[in-house]
Amino acid sequence: MFQMTLLFKATLETMYMVFVSGVIATLVGLPWGIVLFTSRKGNILAHPLLYQVLAAIVNVTRSIPFIILMIAVIPFTRVIVGSSIGTNAAIVPLSLCAMPFIARVVENALLEVDKGLVEAATAMGATAWQIVCKVFIPEALPGIINGLTLTVVSLIGYSAMAGAVGGGGLGDLAIRYGYQRFDTRVMLMTIVVMIVLVQLMQWAGDKLAKWCSHSKDSIYG
Amino acid sequence: MIRLEHIYKNYPTARGTVTALHDINIQVRPGEIFGIIGKSGAGKSSLIRCVNLLEKPTSGKVIVAGEELTALSSAKLRAARRKIGMIFQHFNLLSSRNVYDNIALPLELVGYSHKQIADTIMPLLELTNLIDKKTAYPSQLSGGQKQRVAIARALASKPQVLLSDEATSALDPETTLAILQLLKNIRDTLNLTILLITHEMSVIKSCCDRVGILQNGELIEENEVGEFFTHPKTEVAKNFIASSVLHHLPYAIERHLLVLEQPKTHPILRLWFLQGTATQPIISEISQKFNLNINILQANVEYIKNHAMGIMIIALRGDNLKIQPAIQFLKERSVQVEVMGYVPNDIAV
Repeated sequence: MFQMTLLFKATLETMYMVFVSGVIATLVGLPWGIVLFTSRKGNILAHPLLYQVLAAIVNVTRSIPFIILMIAVIPFTRVIVGSSIGTNAAIVPLSLCAMPFIARVVENALLEVDKGLVEAATAMGATAWQIVCKVFIPEALPGIINGLTLTVVSLIGYSAMAGAVGGGGLGDLAIRYGYQRFDTRVMLMTIVVMIVLVQLMQWAGDKLAKWCSHSKDSIYG
Repeated sequence: MIRLEHIYKNYPTARGTVTALHDINIQVRPGEIFGIIGKSGAGKSSLIRCVNLLEKPTSGKVIVAGEELTALSSAKLRAARRKIGMIFQHFNLLSSRNVYDNIALPLELVGYSHKQIADTIMPLLELTNLIDKKTAYPSQLSGGQKQRVAIARALASKPQVLLSDEATSALDPETTLAILQLLKNIRDTLNLTILLITHEMSVIKSCCDRVGILQNGELIEENEVGEFFTHPKTEVAKNFIASSVLHHLPYAIERHLLVLEQPKTHPILRLWFLQGTATQPIISEISQKFNLNINILQANVEYIKNHAMGIMIIALRGDNLKIQPAIQFLKERSVQVEVMGYVPNDIAV
């Protein structure tokens, strides 16, 4: 019973970390991806220098292994949360890690939008901002949702790693009870819960992408 | 209504500059359907995109409804573009919006209220016969229905000018005719000016008032459609007309065709009945007058606007001395005669 309480608490912690870091990362990553896309050469707000700077930041941050990033940003985490240990502290590196990932995923989804639609909207007298809001984002929405699902699933995995530095959650539980105390039952239970969480997220993401996709040849519906 | 003055369009490429448009001058009158025909690569797409400045001409003036678009600031250009509707070969409808919302898009861009949008769209749905498809998504529609949605969308902002970029090229012949008929109706009811580009002669034939031929970026011929078919000025024009009217020789004859006249042969003639001669009984006249046997191998009469024009291929048999006067007689009657060759008399034609 004691173990079940632990497991329940750890699951809530993991969901909390993934949810909050997912939201923060989306708030930054989505506009980042949109700017990345629109500033591309030949696009509606082409700005080669801006594009290169943003793309370089994405590439650099994505090359750093998460475990290293987590330790490297500890001073920054202290400034933000006031501590480098705990669930809230884990949210900082998780968000930082997911932002550039989301930016790329969003950029790729936007690249799939038919250029003919931009031409049609331009011919209607749309501004660049209107083209982004009324054409690009709605048309790329199923792809964006699919990319966000991918990010959330990765975050569930990364949040377990955060357990290694005392971040709490299912990873923490698996390490402290399952690994260090040789409690195989706890270890297996955490894995099962992780699998269920990933499946649930993927299923929900697929449903959502399908729901907002109206195109016949779409891979989402 | 649309005036293009000395339009040049150059593209820089790795191997130097490519001239897509060379000194184009066109004037499209109000309420007119002007068609531009050309083969692929002739510069048609660049030309129509220069009218609403989706492509900026390298030099030259674009004047639409009295406003010089090439001199406008980007904000004023956007406002001017709202008065120019455009439809495309691949429809370019938003897959994320249903029929109603697709048509509403240009109105949303200028901040219309829901009520104003509904008031504008309902008559358009009626005009394009899409009432029952109002809530359907583009993926549920046929090509013809998609183009009707695109037309309704182009008309939503009440434009004075409609640009059509190969709008029927992705459609089957029957649907093409229906769409062209719709364009003609719209022109008549809304007094719209339409500029269209196409590579199909049938489009020009069935709905245009005037036509221009574009070749290698140059406008080589411009004419009223009836005149164009009856008095083609250039070889390119003749080829376009010929390609749209069936007039090839049957293979059995073609393989025996001799270029020069020889003993015991008879001529094969191609006759162009232009300038109203298609409706005169000229063939029976020469047959009786010169006592010749006339065998019609191919014939086609088309009615374009108020003009009848025909192309006919005939074999003339009889007294060789009477053949030349017969040809002369045809020419005097304004029939264009072209001797395609000679066929030996013993070949059964």
